[in-house]
Formats: sequence, structure tokens, C-alpha cells
Amino acid sequence: MSLAAPNQPATRRRRLQMPVSVMIGLAVVMLMLAVALLAPWIAPTDPTNVASFDLMSAELPPAFMPDGDPAHWLGTDNQGRDLFSAILYGMRVSIAIGGGAVLVAASLGVVLGLLAGYFGGWVDIVIMRVGDVILSLPTILLALLVSGIARAVFPEAGTAQWAPVILIGAIAIHEWVQYARTVRAATMVEASKDYVRAARVIGLPPLHIMVRHILPNVMSPVMVIATINLAAAVLTEATLSFLGVGMPPTYPSLGTLIRIGNEFVFSGIWWIAVFPAVTLVILVLAVNVVGDWLRDRFNPKLKGR
Amino acid sequence: MIASIGSRLGQAVLVMLAVTAIAFVMFRYVGDPVAMMSREDASPAEKAELRASLGLDRPAIVQYGEFLGRTLKGDLGISFRNQRPVVDLLAERLPATLELVIVATILSLAVGIPVGVYCALKPDGALTRAIQTISLVGISMPTFVTGIGLILIFAVTLRWLPSFGRGDVVQIGGWSTGFLTRSGWASLLLPSITLALYQLTLIMRLVRAEMIDVLSSDYIRFAKARGLPPRYINFRLALRNALMPVVTVTGLQIGSLIAFAIVTETVFQWPGMGLLFIQAVSFADVPVMAAYLLFVGFLFVVINMIVDLTYTLIDPRLRTRRA
Amino acid sequence: MNPAALSITDLTVDYPLADGSVVTAVSGVNLMVAPGEIHALVGESGAGKTTIGNALMGLLQAPGRVAKGRIEIGGKPVDIRTGRTEGIVQGKDVGAIFQDPMTSLNPLFTVESQLGETMRHHLGLNRAEARQRSLELLRAVGIPEPERRLKSYPHQLSGGQRQRVVIAAALCCDPKLIIADEPTTALDVSVQAQILKLIRGLADERGVGILLVTHNMGVVAEVADRVTIMLKGQVVESGPVAQVLGAPQHPYAKALIGAVPRVDVKLPRLPVPAQESPGTAAAREQVRARMGGGDEAKAGVLSVDNLVVEYGARGGLFGGGSHVFRAVKGVSFTVEPGEIFGLVGESGCGKTTVANTIAGLAKPTSGSVTLGGLPIGAKRGGLARKALQMVFQDPYSALNPRLRVATAIAEPIAFYHLAATKAEAAEDAALLLEAVGLDRAAGARFPHAFSGGQRQRIAIARALAPRPRFLVCDEPTSSLDVSVQAQILNLLKDLRDLAGLSILFISHDLAVVRQMCDRIAVMKSGEIVEQAPTEELFAAPTHPYTRELLSLVPSLDKIAREPAPLGGAIG
Repeated sequence: MSLAAPNQPATRRRRLQMPVSVMIGLAVVMLMLAVALLAPWIAPTDPTNVASFDLMSAELPPAFMPDGDPAHWLGTDNQGRDLFSAILYGMRVSIAIGGGAVLVAASLGVVLGLLAGYFGGWVDIVIMRVGDVILSLPTILLALLVSGIARAVFPEAGTAQWAPVILIGAIAIHEWVQYARTVRAATMVEASKDYVRAARVIGLPPLHIMVRHILPNVMSPVMVIATINLAAAVLTEATLSFLGVGMPPTYPSLGTLIRIGNEFVFSGIWWIAVFPAVTLVILVLAVNVVGDWLRDRFNPKLKGR
Repeated sequence: MIASIGSRLGQAVLVMLAVTAIAFVMFRYVGDPVAMMSREDASPAEKAELRASLGLDRPAIVQYGEFLGRTLKGDLGISFRNQRPVVDLLAERLPATLELVIVATILSLAVGIPVGVYCALKPDGALTRAIQTISLVGISMPTFVTGIGLILIFAVTLRWLPSFGRGDVVQIGGWSTGFLTRSGWASLLLPSITLALYQLTLIMRLVRAEMIDVLSSDYIRFAKARGLPPRYINFRLALRNALMPVVTVTGLQIGSLIAFAIVTETVFQWPGMGLLFIQAVSFADVPVMAAYLLFVGFLFVVINMIVDLTYTLIDPRLRTRRA
Repeated sequence: MNPAALSITDLTVDYPLADGSVVTAVSGVNLMVAPGEIHALVGESGAGKTTIGNALMGLLQAPGRVAKGRIEIGGKPVDIRTGRTEGIVQGKDVGAIFQDPMTSLNPLFTVESQLGETMRHHLGLNRAEARQRSLELLRAVGIPEPERRLKSYPHQLSGGQRQRVVIAAALCCDPKLIIADEPTTALDVSVQAQILKLIRGLADERGVGILLVTHNMGVVAEVADRVTIMLKGQVVESGPVAQVLGAPQHPYAKALIGAVPRVDVKLPRLPVPAQESPGTAAAREQVRARMGGGDEAKAGVLSVDNLVVEYGARGGLFGGGSHVFRAVKGVSFTVEPGEIFGLVGESGCGKTTVANTIAGLAKPTSGSVTLGGLPIGAKRGGLARKALQMVFQDPYSALNPRLRVATAIAEPIAFYHLAATKAEAAEDAALLLEAVGLDRAAGARFPHAFSGGQRQRIAIARALAPRPRFLVCDEPTSSLDVSVQAQILNLLKDLRDLAGLSILFISHDLAVVRQMCDRIAVMKSGEIVEQAPTEELFAAPTHPYTRELLSLVPSLDKIAREPAPLGGAIG
């Protein structure tokens, strides 16, 4: 025991103490998830069905404003599409793509990180070098490149069917590296611990050790990263859609809607851009609140990301 | 130390090779340059001639070599869209982006570091909690939302500031600068704030985290045990230790700022390289896309190397060997 | 008459918690340190000695507070209401030495800067004056080439030199009292001896009182004038060192001192009460039956032949020479069935590398390791692998925090198909737990519920699960408290008798090695310098390095102790 490490009597109780703000954040996330899942049943109209567009009721302001139509709570866009429905579906798309990207990136990253951390040697070198090269370009750029190239190579890339897949790939291709790095570092720490060394001395095979002993002990930083990453992935998808290389207007994500709305901001038709933007920020904020708390609670080493 | 410089250089070369390879693949295989550059009704013979003149009928490796050679000489091809040399396009747009990035960096550092330090020193204060909340919102807002929001408030509603363009610029040699005119600065304000906001929040959180970490370290406790005054400990000692990783992060941030400028420039119609790139993407103007990639990749590599070197200089553990 | 350097009267330190309860860390402590005296404060973890140190330094962390009592430093009282030392200047009247010199010094600032800042603040010296004094101080603590050292950064100094700098910093304003917290624990034996000598010299020459917080009895015997022993926040015994260590009165003091391994004579068991549960005896019989104890012929001889182990990069990708480090330079020895063979040496001598190589964790560069004729580490799951198991130093990283204890022990049983059904494997695991002195029910819990000593028992149970013939123990008790250490050492001896094991015992502690081993090899810089049966080695060491090691060990036996008790446990 050293003077330098203050000695406090430990009365630790393992209770999940969440501050009110985090509980609200969690509730918001759950709510938005539920809404997004149930969108096809909740939304008054189907914003992807061209037949439901009524050009006559285009650019209507929200219901609470003087010219508003009570049938369209948040107004309509330039094609007569009900904005409320569009936002519901947009949330669905944004969450789906963001979540998908995180899943792909996490799976890839964890596996590669485990391998790199446990075996070291050239496996480690190759994986880390590739990761370094990828990291030297920022997410946005990489994602733009992938999307841009995909569009140039085959024109169906921009359709509602293929865009989500390409978007997930474009985002995940950059994000896996941080999972890999963290898992690699944690694996190296665990591998030097005596229980792993004991497992090796016992004679257990490497795969068994990695899956049964190391993986459960390196997952907690992964959970934290995944949550924070979800927010970033949703933002990246929104940015890509805003820039025109994401979801098309026929099946818009929140970013696409904002892009559409951007054209009209100067003419006073603000609602097409503002409502999706507010929804997006609330969603991301809620995820960040939860992610922040998770990180502070479970893994102080990750501060600063 | 020589060994580590050598390996850094090696890694840089590796990255550049990868980047140029991707760029080359894009040039050569993505889309059909011949179709793009010839007229609709060009005959097969004319197309073949064009193909030969562009050197597209030679083996891939040779083309790659030629590509590298041309690139090193500064010839980055011709833009499909407006038939001008890409190098010229880039050179024209570079000052706009760089000025924007420089101002944004200075802004984010000048605000981020002091605020971060404050939050670390007074972790339970009301102001700190407010700042933490604001910073959470800050990293939850995508750059384009911030931009649009600022435009809505300051340009459309209040009409204080312009919402697009650079204002009046002054040409100095090959560089067009907006620093010397009033309208230049007025135009710069909103975009740079937009660009800076996200990075500012990141820096603030990093500084705060590092500072808290350092303040609980053994050597700071030892300094307290020696009775040194708190002011001295916080600002002369702890801050010095805490700022080390900030240096690295800032260097990397400059790189990502250049990339994020793409979004800001789109929102504000700022005539920089980012806007050029986006227009290229929507037009499938491959030479411009590839050239942008090359240029930005090169920039990142250079910045990373400078950061590494700087770190080596300021951290005595890396600078000196064991005596 | 000079006032005492430190005078503590009836000190109570507690931590009022948020839920209203109060945890008392220290209560009713009286202690006095005269000028020029070294007073040792001794106790195991949780005794409260660290808390007292923190309270004196004003480094108590909230919500800790000094609830009662009187503290005077150099005759001046400390204001306990604020819990801080008012009127007494921190760093000027009281100096501090922490345990780990590596983390005590700021890596970004030079020695001159860190020494100078304290003096400039407290004594108002200017740069040149501070520099002068720093040079004097560096010379006083025995650092060669002080001018050069002033410009150095901490990472450029060796561990011993860093600690000297820390001591210099503690001395720089001529304090009345220095609080030294485990100042030599992180250092090698030879360096430790030098630092202790330095501290003794400083107390004698400068008349500064030193409060030496430590757990190491040998250090106390070597260098202290008076000693105070603490248990659970209270003083149990106090007095002149010769008196307390030679003839302790309080039962805990007796047990504590008795538990310290003696370097002068080998006892059959260390004199501490054994920790057993009701099922232990029966379980041990079962273990004996299953492991076929007594049939040593099956074990075979562990034979290490000219072992060489090298580390290092053979030239990086972009140049850089090949930095090959020879950790082990041709080591040979054998371990007979049923014997405990000790490998002893200072840190960096290569003993851990040898242990790792034998256990299959590191690859030998050349030479061979065989057990009963079979090469080690050949095949995973092979006979040789199963027959050799290992117990590690750190009980806190020895167990997977996410596995229940019984699962961890049953894993090797299942892997080697030593049990026909899952139920049988679980039964085996429970038996092993009882055999090491824990309760069956412990199997259902997770590692964090157990203390260091208990975790080490669990680790031993796991090591025995594959029914090995040979056990490698790498510093198995170095991280444990003295009394717990004694229990674990006794346990290992018992299990050896029970299961017919051979043991390779690695340690840096000569006293422990004397108590445990039948034969011993001494290592230095990757080579074995002397090998002999224990009694021979200690009675008549032949190699100069062995002799030096023996002389440097801070040992309790410098003080006349009660003669070795006959039989074993004292109560």
C-alpha cells in the first residue's frame, strides 16, 4: 500500500445508479426505437408511395400555423408528402443504417482485434497497418469515396434498394478500426494476465482461450464504443444523405429530408428542414447521453473520445 | 530515433502508395473516360483514337507507372465536367479551404482548451455542468445542421451576416485571401464557427479528461505533498502534462477539419476544395475525385508526420535516450 | 530539550459515509518520533498505517477526517478541525517519500526543476541559489556526477537513483519530520540495502525524525530504532525494536513476527495457525488417492539442459540493428521427483524466464527441457503439458473475473477428460477447494468475493485439477501479507507431501527459499552461479555473489529471537 494511492474504506454496492438525465435519454432512445419499428403502422400516410403525394397540398405549413392543414401535423414537403410520416420513416431508415453499420463494424473489429492482440506477430502488423492507412483518412472522406465510386461504377447504387447497403459498408469501413484497436489493446492486457497464462499452461487451445476467457473480458469497452459510435454512424449517414450520396428522395432518411428542406430555407418555408433536423439532434443527443454515462461508469480509460 | 523516423517515413510511403493505387483504379476503371470525353455520336474509330491518345490501351502496370510519373510532375488530368486541368482547379480553391480551416482550428483551440481546463479544475460547479450539457449537444449536432441553424438565425432572420460566398477577396500572387476585407471576414464568421463547433467540443472533452487524469497522478500528489501552491501545480505542472496528447489530437483534427470542410462548404456555398469535390461526386467527375483524394491523402500524411515529429520533440522520454 | 519530531496523541481518523454510517480507519493511536530517530510503523493491509501517513501529509481524501486527537510536528500543533496542517508548511517542515519512484517524479521535467521548485517556493531562493543547494543535496544522497544529473529527466535514471532524488526532494527544506512509505519495496535487494543505509545516515547526521511505514520486518530490524505494530486501526504493541521483535508480548505481534520466514534455520512448518475448513482433512485424503501420491517413480525427473532464451527484434522493417537480448545464457539443472527446488535471484536475473520456458509460455532458443524424458510444451493436450502446471505471483490476475470459481477449476478436468460426467467434474472441483482449505460453497462465487490469500488457494486448486506431477511456483507469495504468506507456504508443503509433487520454486526472498526448498540454485544475469542443497548453501556459500546476497538481505535474524519452537504451530 502506498501513500500515493489514497486508502478509502470500500463500501461498494453494485447498484445501477443512473442520474435522471441518463434515464430520460434512455427513455427517449427506447421511444424512438419503438416508433421507428412501428412506423408503417403509425404513420398517417406512406411517404415512399408516390401515389400518396398530392402536389396540390405541397409546401403546406405545420398544423399549428395559420395556413396549416390539420391532416398534416408538421406540414408537407415540396412534393406534397406528409412531413410527419416522412420523419417517422426517416427515423427508421437512419436508425437502421446507423445500427447496421455499428453491427458490421463491431463484428469485424472485434474479431480482427482479438486475432491481432492474441497472436501478435505478422497478423498484428498487417491488421494494424491496414487500420492505420484507413485511419489516416477521415470517415467522411472514406464514406464519400465509397459512395462516389459505387455510383460511378453501377448506377443502381443510388436506388432505395442498394443505397442502405452501400451506406452501411461506407461507414463501417472506417469504423471497424477503432473497435479493433481497443479490443487489441484490451486483449494484450488480458493475455498478459495470469489467468490467461494459466489457461495456456493448462494446455487449452488458442481459440478456446480467446472465446471463453478473453472475449467476455474485453467486451465492456466494446459496448461503450458501440453506443457512442451509433451516434456517430447516424450522423455520418445523415451527412452523406445531405450531401446527396445517401438515401434518395424516394425513400428519404432524415438527412435527405434536410437536404430537400435546405433549398427552401430562404423562402421562409423552414419546416421541411427544421423538423427532421430537430428529430435527428434529439435522437443523437439521447444516444450520446447514454453512451457518455456508460463510458464514465464502466471504462474511465476511454475518456476523451 | 533515426530508426523511428525511418519507420514513419516507410509508413507514409505505404499510405501514399495505397492512396495513389486507389486513385489510379478510379481513373482507369471507374466510369468510361472515353465515353465521357467524346461526343455522343463519335464513331468507333474516333473513340479508338481517343483511347490511344489517352494511353488507355497499354497494360495496367505501365499505366500505373505513367500515372505516378504524371502525378509527381503535377499533372493530375483534366476534369470531365469543365475540361480544365484539375491542378488548376485545386489551386484556385485551396486558399478558401485553408483559410477556413485555419480560422476554425484557432477558434476551437482558443475556446476548447481553456474551457476544458476550467471544467477539470471545478468539476462540481454549476457552470461546469452547464458546459458539459452544451458540449453533449455540440457533439450531437451534425455540421450541416449547425450551419443551417446559424444561417436561419443570423442570415435569414437577423440579416446580420451573409449566408453564402466568400465576400470580397484580395489576390496576392497565386493566393486569394479573404482576410483583408471586411466582407471577407463577415463571410468567414458563420462557416468557421460551424466547422469549429464539433472539433471544439472534442478538444474540450479531451482536455478535461486528460487534466482530471493528470491531477490524480502520483507525481502531482507528490507535488502537493511538497507543499507547492495549487496555482503552480495546476497551471505550470499539470497543464503541461495534460496538453501532450492534445498536441497529437489537434494535428489529426486539422486533417479531419479539411474533410469536414466538405460539408460546411456545401452548406455555405463556400468556393473551396470541398465544394469542388462534392460537385465532382454528383457529376461522377472521376479525375477531380481522384485528385482530391490524392491531395488530401498527401496532406494527411504530411500532417501526421509533423505531429509525430513534434511529439518526439516535446516529450523528453522520446527525445533523449537513457543516459 | 528539542521538541519531538512527531507526536501523535489519541488519534482517530474516520470516514463518515453518505448513508450516515461511519467507518473508522484509525482509533486511539499514540505515537512519538524523537529527532534523529527512525520509527517504523508496521502492519498488514488495512491496519491503518497508510491512513496515518495520509493524515500527516494532509492528503486524506474526502470524506476522511481527523475526528479526534492531537498531532504535533516539531512541537507545533496541527489544526485537526480542518484536518490540514496549518502553521506547519507542507514540504518544508514535513517531507515525504513515496513507494514508487517511477511515478513520484514528473516525467516531463528535469531533476533540477523538480528539486528547485520546492526550495524556491518555501525558502524564497532564486535560481542560482536553488541550483547550488540542489547540487549539495544530490551529493548528500550519494548521486555521482550531480551536475550532469541535474539536467536529466526521470526516465534517464535508474530506480535507485530516482529514489535518491525523491529523498533529496524530501530533505531540501530541512524538515523536522520525514514520512517514508515503503521506500524500498520497489527496489532490488542490493539497491535496497544502499537506500536504507542512506536513510539511517540522514537521520543520524541531520537529526531529522523519520516515520517509516512498512510491512517488511527485515527492514524494521535493519534500520529502525523503535517500532509500532498496528492491527485494524489500533496500536497493539510499541517499543524499542530489539525488545518488540525479540520478545513480542501481544498475541498478534507474536503471530506476525513468527510468520516471518527465518533465514537462519529451516523449520518443518512456518509457525502460524493453519486455515482449514471441516472438509479439508477428508478432501485431502481423496486428493491423495486420486493423484496416487507416494508413487514418485511416475513423476520422472525434470531435466533442464543448457537452456538458452533470447528476446529481441532481428532488425526492423526499415533498418535498425538487431537488438537481441539473452535472458537465459545456458542454464542446466535437474529436479528429482518429490523435491522442492528453489531458483533464487534478483529481478532481471532470468529466473522468471526460466519458469516461463519450462511452463511452455516462452520458446527456448536452444537447449532442452524434459519431464520424465518427454519434451515439454511439445503438444497441447499432450501428456507432458498436463503433467506440469504453474502457480503465478499475482492472485488478483490469476483468476478469470467472469468465471465462477468452481467452473474455473473444473475446466481443466473437463478438457483432459479426467471425469466421466459433468457432475463428477464438479465433485472433483469441490474436493480440491476443500483440500486447499476453503469451503465447498466457495465454488459458486466469483473471484472478486475473495481476498488475495484465498484467491491464491483457488489458483493452487486449479493448478492441481489436471493432476500434475510437477508444479512451477513463480513468486507465489510475494504479493501477500506476511501471515497469509506463511499459510500458503505451509499449504504448498502439505500438498507436496499429499500428492507426490515435485516443485520448482522461484523467489527473490532468500528466507522463504530457505524454509521451502531442498536444493537451491542462485541465478545472476542469466546464469546459475551456484547450486547446492539448502543447508550447504546457507552454511557455506562458495560463490561471492551468493555471499553478497546473503549479507544484504534485511533480516529479522539480526535480532536475537526466541529459539525455534518444537513441532509447529503456535497459537
